[in-house]
Amino acid sequence: MSTPAISRTIVRLGARSIFGRWRGALLFALPVVLLGLSVLARALVGQSDQGSRHTLYGLGLVVVVPLVALLATSGVLAPEIDDGSISYLLAKPIPRSTIVLSKLVVALGCVVAFATLPMLLAGLVLRTDDPSVAVGFALGSLLGGTAYCALFALLSVMTRHAVVVGLVYLLVWEGLLGGLLDGVRWLSVTRWSAEVADRVAGLSLVENLPLTYALIAGAVVIVGSGWLTGQRLRSFNLTGDE
Amino acid sequence: MSEIRIDHVSRWFRNVVAVNDVTMTIGPGVTGLLGPNGAGKSTLIALMSGFLAPSAGSVTLDGAPLWRNERVYRQVGLVPEREALFEYLTGREFVVANAELQGLADPGAAAQRAIALIEMSDAQDREISTYSKGMRQRIKMASALVHDPPVLLLDEPFNGMDPRQRIHLMELIRTMGAEGRTVLFSSHILEEVEQVARQIEVVVAGRHAASGDFGAIRRLMTDRPNRFVLRTADDRLLASVLLADPSVRGARLRAEGGIELEASDFGRFSQVLPRLAREHGVRLLEVTPTDESLESVFSYLVSS
Repeated sequence: MSTPAISRTIVRLGARSIFGRWRGALLFALPVVLLGLSVLARALVGQSDQGSRHTLYGLGLVVVVPLVALLATSGVLAPEIDDGSISYLLAKPIPRSTIVLSKLVVALGCVVAFATLPMLLAGLVLRTDDPSVAVGFALGSLLGGTAYCALFALLSVMTRHAVVVGLVYLLVWEGLLGGLLDGVRWLSVTRWSAEVADRVAGLSLVENLPLTYALIAGAVVIVGSGWLTGQRLRSFNLTGDE
Repeated sequence: MSEIRIDHVSRWFRNVVAVNDVTMTIGPGVTGLLGPNGAGKSTLIALMSGFLAPSAGSVTLDGAPLWRNERVYRQVGLVPEREALFEYLTGREFVVANAELQGLADPGAAAQRAIALIEMSDAQDREISTYSKGMRQRIKMASALVHDPPVLLLDEPFNGMDPRQRIHLMELIRTMGAEGRTVLFSSHILEEVEQVARQIEVVVAGRHAASGDFGAIRRLMTDRPNRFVLRTADDRLLASVLLADPSVRGARLRAEGGIELEASDFGRFSQVLPRLAREHGVRLLEVTPTDESLESVFSYLVSS
């Protein structure tokens, strides 16, 4: 197998397709909400451990990061698969892995710009006294965001309702069950990303989750989903009338 | 010179058979893939363009398999049937992107050449979302031609085109074929195929029903028995008179009135009928061909 490369053309097209639709506006709205609330929390309660934790974890890692990943990934893959225009990318002498990787690069760029950087800024606003909080949450959001992108990419090539399925997964598994059942932490991208923030910033958002496990599990999801996405893309249905 | 070989290929989706044991070879020149809607034309093109794996048999381009072999796309230009394009790009941006994805040395120049070839230079800087159906079809052609491929596959390229655009595209396809490219296009309209294709492959209900140049296909269709329903002033008399003529193979009186008639020689029958009717003083009220539709032509081809 050749080493997967990134196609600048596909990255360029992907970026234009995201910002050419309403999804682009939503991507801007999410970090604005996060930063706005952070400024508000800082102004109202000052530098508090509680306040920063609720904002950066409860809103940041649990809501903003997965939603940015979902919007970006589905925006870069789902419409083209839906209307069949992805056939113009597939009917080219390019390895499928390059197509998937290039699409993921665009989604990842969105995660960095609309989740990781805003998290860093929000952390610095909320805890000027302890920058490790900002760095911890930024790193956590990077791991979580990347894993979510890979997962949602796979979802986009598997179902036409990737956004709905993704939202249900986030609400039910990561949100509802993750809050109720402790054991979900072993299979929860958000909790893995929280473990990274925990370690760097010395917090305790999730109990009893080794960092090594969180990192390896994240890597497995990223590589595994990416590979599976490439495989699925090979059997894309050209005619759309199956 | 490139050649696509389809060797005993079947393709089924769960328990529906879309293509049933088809064997054909598509060589240089223009080949028309003719068949009614739902006959499996698109499935065949998907198989030939590497978008579908055959359930049985093999599809190869110059000996190389098409399935899971991205490298063949250097030789293949594909014009899919579906309308969707990258709406937010201009026509030129779209063709340039296709050239880049083909890894061409000078994508800009290649795009200009392809755009000029399909006469879209004037509209190339407009966004694709503003294009008419015919313009979309042409920009799709440009994207498929940008790397100068020896093989060109077009799925229903004339759909939705106005007559002028149609003539222009036919001309273009003929030129491509005359240049020695292997061009295959699908259509459900015989007249369309006849005007462009040197070789015609007929598919019906997933099967390869007939193959040959358009003369052979035409003959198959016109030499077939023609069926008519006649309403006359004296059905029984005219039926017996007609039955005596060699151009008529069979006649049957219908319970509800009228004659059901099968003619074996259409040319002779069309002259004999009015003459005999006049000679015997039987007034012809109605003459209706009952199997002129393409479907009946196809079903005839399948059963022969």
